[in-house]
Amino acid sequence: MKRRGWVALAFLAPALLVLGALVVWPAIRTIYGSFFGRFGDEFVGFDNYREMFRFDRMRIAIFNSFIWVVLFPLFVTTVGLVLAVLSDKVGWKRAFRLVIFIPAAIAILSSGIIWRVMYEADPSRGVINALINIPVSLVRPAGELAGAAPSTDALVVEDDGSVTAVVDVDGAGAVVNLGLLRITEAELPEGAIEAVAPQGGGAGTINGVVWRDTRPGDNVKGVVEPGELGVPAVTVILVDEEGNEVAQASSAPDGNFAFEDVEPGSYRAGIDGGAFREPWGGITWLGADLVTYSAIFSGMWIWAGFALLVIAAGLASLPRDTLEAARVDGANEWQVLRHVTVPQLSPVLIVVFIALTINALKMFDLIVGIAPGSVQDDANVIALEMWRTAFTGVGNRGVGSAIAVFLFLLILPILVFNIRRFTLSEGER
Amino acid sequence: MTLGAGAVRPRTADKKAAARPGIAGGIGSRMSKGAIHIVLIVIALFWLIPGFGLLIHSLRPLEAFGESGWWTVFTEPSQLTLQNYANLLGDADLVGSFFTTLVIAIPSTLLPVLFAAAAGYALAWIPFRGRDALFLIIIALLVVPLQMALIPAFSLFRTLGISGIPSIWLFHTAFGLPFAIFLMRNYYAALPGSLIEAARIDGASEGAIFFRIMLPLGFPAIAALLIFQFTWTWNDLLVALVFAGEQRPITLFLRDRLGEFSTGIDVIAPGVFIAATLPLLVFFFFQRYFEAGLLGGSVK
Repeated sequence: MKRRGWVALAFLAPALLVLGALVVWPAIRTIYGSFFGRFGDEFVGFDNYREMFRFDRMRIAIFNSFIWVVLFPLFVTTVGLVLAVLSDKVGWKRAFRLVIFIPAAIAILSSGIIWRVMYEADPSRGVINALINIPVSLVRPAGELAGAAPSTDALVVEDDGSVTAVVDVDGAGAVVNLGLLRITEAELPEGAIEAVAPQGGGAGTINGVVWRDTRPGDNVKGVVEPGELGVPAVTVILVDEEGNEVAQASSAPDGNFAFEDVEPGSYRAGIDGGAFREPWGGITWLGADLVTYSAIFSGMWIWAGFALLVIAAGLASLPRDTLEAARVDGANEWQVLRHVTVPQLSPVLIVVFIALTINALKMFDLIVGIAPGSVQDDANVIALEMWRTAFTGVGNRGVGSAIAVFLFLLILPILVFNIRRFTLSEGER
Repeated sequence: MTLGAGAVRPRTADKKAAARPGIAGGIGSRMSKGAIHIVLIVIALFWLIPGFGLLIHSLRPLEAFGESGWWTVFTEPSQLTLQNYANLLGDADLVGSFFTTLVIAIPSTLLPVLFAAAAGYALAWIPFRGRDALFLIIIALLVVPLQMALIPAFSLFRTLGISGIPSIWLFHTAFGLPFAIFLMRNYYAALPGSLIEAARIDGASEGAIFFRIMLPLGFPAIAALLIFQFTWTWNDLLVALVFAGEQRPITLFLRDRLGEFSTGIDVIAPGVFIAATLPLLVFFFFQRYFEAGLLGGSVK
């Protein structure tokens, strides 16, 4: 066939012009620029590369990108494979795959926003923590006095959160005032009425009151005054000097409680820490420690559809007879998957894995969308840091270029692998 | 046929597994069809819940976001309101950004696909010196990250006096091309050569062959690319962040409001769904082509 270079050039010209001007030349220029300073004017050698690794932000970004590359492709390919094999067994596989694929159609930034709401820490607002809170609140319920605090320094908050007062029991009856603050009227257990100051009883008795030590207007702390409400249904515990519990009492609607027939001695009377236990605050999924893992999980939600679709297409093209043969020979479904399906699918799995590895390295929008402003630094990845360095604030083009080159070097092995794979497959034609 | 096909040759470990079906063995064999249906339904629900949650947030007043989870609508459906959407549709910023996105996405979709169809045809059917090398370069460019070009392209556009939307068109065209050329070339290469030869013998010019034969024949691949590239450019954030000036697409509209997340959720949540309408419509109506575009690129 005769060569027709000029005709070919006419067809190729628009594409080559754009590719040359906006991909090839800029990429080379970036390598060159990575050896120059902040504004691209003075030669600095390898300084940008050295400086890049000294930035805390960049170190975190490299570490996070490493986690992304290790976890994300493997996780998403596995989920894609499992979903492809499972959905292959039902009649509505197309509908199922469509649903899994929906997140791939919308902006990744939007998916990040969607998951930021899912990951809200407060269990009354974030659905994930709300689900975890169901068993947690059964095992470790919040106290009825959560948030309350003693009203005077005479009361001691123990290490376990309990609030106690020292009582000495001798000839005459003792009196204990357990005043509480930081609890609203609405938060009081039902049936609270005006508190009544306890009167000293006979020998061996302790009379006390648990009450809300505040009222509108002036009030004196530690003294039961008119208009202040009792806290009913609070379990008060009496503990001896050795720390053994000797008696329990429950407060009445006016907050009063009493212990009788107490041996003379020194005691502590008080309310158990469990009553003050705060409701579970939820896991901070988007806190500095977990944000990268949380983002990877939501990345799975976005990209599993891609993995599923490609793997399912590969699955559909597998010869069914080997599968059947394996089943006839008594292999169970797991063995068929492990020893027939996966090996035969391996070219497709490798393609998916590589595409996801590149995606992991280029992760950008998801981090912007999912990480609250205060943890953007902790969720940082290389591709994001390149933009931040070069295009936000004053902008450092030198270091920005160096980061871009670093990112490219990480992708380079994949580039080489792709070319080798392609030349091999073309050779077979 | 026996198991000797190579893939299933039992090794020692496998014999053990076969003799004593463990937990793993049970997954496939004991899992009835019914169980698979249930598992898949649960998974599908899991995939829908996050988007559904934000959709409900977009339909609740701002104060509700700070107070309770979206699932409270099941017990108090009265909190639902269209007010956030009504506010947004009257918001010139949002409406403007929606149309800006359209103005960005359409040329950013058409240009690379047209250029790639022409280049793909040449790479597949017009012999010239260095053709294979050129195609290998295209394959190499497939994985070059955008970040490698941002800084010099930014300076280049400034030097040439190109800014804002046209600079985004050009940049999207450039980075859409490698994949588009790759797909078109492979698609065209798979067509029967007799077709083109016949046209050439009839004396048709290469231009005529391209416009009259190759473009119509390439329709499935072109449609797949159009949909893929449209979704990509519509949803883009990074290129817009660097090159957009005053006229900002909808992803930037959202991103600019993320700083006040919980006080801006009445704008952000409905904004997410307004931004998603077009790509979702495209996805559902042209699903077949969308998948084909994705598969064509990755399974080759």
